[in-house]
Amino acid sequence: MNTITTSAETHPLTWRVSHLKDKPLDLNTYETLEGFAALRQVLKTMSPIEVQTNVKKAGLRGRGGAGFPTGTKWSFLPMGDKAPDQKYLVCNADEMEPGTFKDRFLMEKIPHLLIEGMIISGYALQASKGYIFIRGEFVDAARRLQQAITEAKAAGYLGTNILESGFNMELFVHTGAGRYICGEETALINSLEGRRANPRTKPPFPQVSGLWGKPTVVNNVETLANIPAIMFRGSDWYRNLSNSKDAGTKLYGVSGRAKRPGLWELPMGVTGQEILEEYAGGMQKGLKLMCWLPGGASTDFLLPEHLQLAMDYDSIAKAGSRMGTGLMMVVDDKQNIVSVVRNLEQFCARESCGWCTPCRDGLPWVVKTLQAIERGEGQAGDIELLQQTAKFLLAGTTFCAHGPGAGAPLGSALRLFKSAFEQGIK
Amino acid sequence: MLTANTPQNTDTQQQTLRYWLHPDDQKTILHCIEHYRDARAASIDALKTVQQRHGWVPDEAIPAIAEILGISSADVEGVATFYNMIFRQPVGRHVIKICDSIGCFLTGYEDIASAVQQQLGIAYGETTADGRFTLLPISCLGNCDKGPSLMIDQDTYGPVTVTDIPDLLERYI
Repeated sequence: MNTITTSAETHPLTWRVSHLKDKPLDLNTYETLEGFAALRQVLKTMSPIEVQTNVKKAGLRGRGGAGFPTGTKWSFLPMGDKAPDQKYLVCNADEMEPGTFKDRFLMEKIPHLLIEGMIISGYALQASKGYIFIRGEFVDAARRLQQAITEAKAAGYLGTNILESGFNMELFVHTGAGRYICGEETALINSLEGRRANPRTKPPFPQVSGLWGKPTVVNNVETLANIPAIMFRGSDWYRNLSNSKDAGTKLYGVSGRAKRPGLWELPMGVTGQEILEEYAGGMQKGLKLMCWLPGGASTDFLLPEHLQLAMDYDSIAKAGSRMGTGLMMVVDDKQNIVSVVRNLEQFCARESCGWCTPCRDGLPWVVKTLQAIERGEGQAGDIELLQQTAKFLLAGTTFCAHGPGAGAPLGSALRLFKSAFEQGIK
Repeated sequence: MLTANTPQNTDTQQQTLRYWLHPDDQKTILHCIEHYRDARAASIDALKTVQQRHGWVPDEAIPAIAEILGISSADVEGVATFYNMIFRQPVGRHVIKICDSIGCFLTGYEDIASAVQQQLGIAYGETTADGRFTLLPISCLGNCDKGPSLMIDQDTYGPVTVTDIPDLLERYI
């Protein structure tokens, strides 16, 4: 991360990072930096429902890509005496959206922040067991989380009767074995149960019937990492951190051929322009921006003019894309857009779980067609075929969001750069 | 192939299956099972445990894991073949995984892949004749600000340049 001045009042996620000396924060250091203060406060002064209400008031939206309001997601979980005795909180740490590298950062640098966020959330949901589903390649992050859990347990933040509150919670690190589809929350649950990671039908939603048929909430790493500060400093404070109507701060990033690719915690709603120019230093010498993906491979391409937009959920949606994970991928003018789209679709084709037809059969077909166009051997009708396939991949025709995600860069590139594709037709 | 759930399995046969696994691996798997409501959830842990010892998952391990978890061999095989980090055929002592997703595509992973292939004389999916390296492509490593990235065994490197390749490979004997 490039140096920006951070403070607890302005950077709830990353202010402690400047206190690191090339190693993750251990429990003692974390405690001297307000660590577990939020948990103490919550357990002493708040009921679970009060915590939920505060999260709702804070306006926190899910940081995994879909942007669903966290408090609302939580509110579908049965509470009270009639709720099943076992409920689960699952952290989605299966970060594999191309262009996204924010959760890795949080888990490697400040593992205790996620742990604290999960304990507070577990208390709010009265879920006595939590799993962190982390992708298998994140070896260091998994080890550091495991270490953090051991430390937290020894200090009485996990286990039975946490800080004498009567609340019990256990946390487990579950490492995956690959496959992007594990990031889809119902596929993640299947994978966690030791099955193939095919998505499940919804409804029932996980809050009703999730892990082992029990009520389950699945939240992203960055989402959960926001919870301690919201509790410690309040929902009004959290809302006011933002430049837009979406609350809080966001981990924004830039990758591609920019001068200084990286990751920065900034107020929600800064413009793409500011992120690219001020923080990433603009494009590399001799390169111009052709287009960009606002938040991962499964978002629609935007043009340079869209850099003026606020990077928040609504503004990017109005421009016809999605903020997704909020980590920008910049495509420079020396790239062949057909090849860029082919690379994105190759990823989507490889990572299809194979469950439903549009994705399993459609995506390899898209890749083959794009490869032909790349070689200048496209046939008459290929562009129409690609347009039609992009439509067949839209929501409502597929079992999960993987197909629509694959359709987003394809459909938008065909709209914005049609002539580039036409040049590849014989 | 025998499965743990077929009623005609005698205790002896079940023991034969389970005891194919190294005693330490059995212990590890039984420990993992305790983390879950249902033993099946430890299937990936079990496969990884076997792979840690053998470098891959040999055929005999499948019914052995099935027996210890109390599920069918078909279910274990289904899991083993779904996940790309589980190897159902032998690999080299070191596995190189080159990220070929968009961040690394834009920063030139193709040159890196060619350099590695040329130096080792193998294509994707192949193992060097001396059994030292296997080369595989991999989807986004979540290291996109440091593209092009690659992993060798459990280590992630990036940004990697073509001139880094010889030294990098030298570290893995």
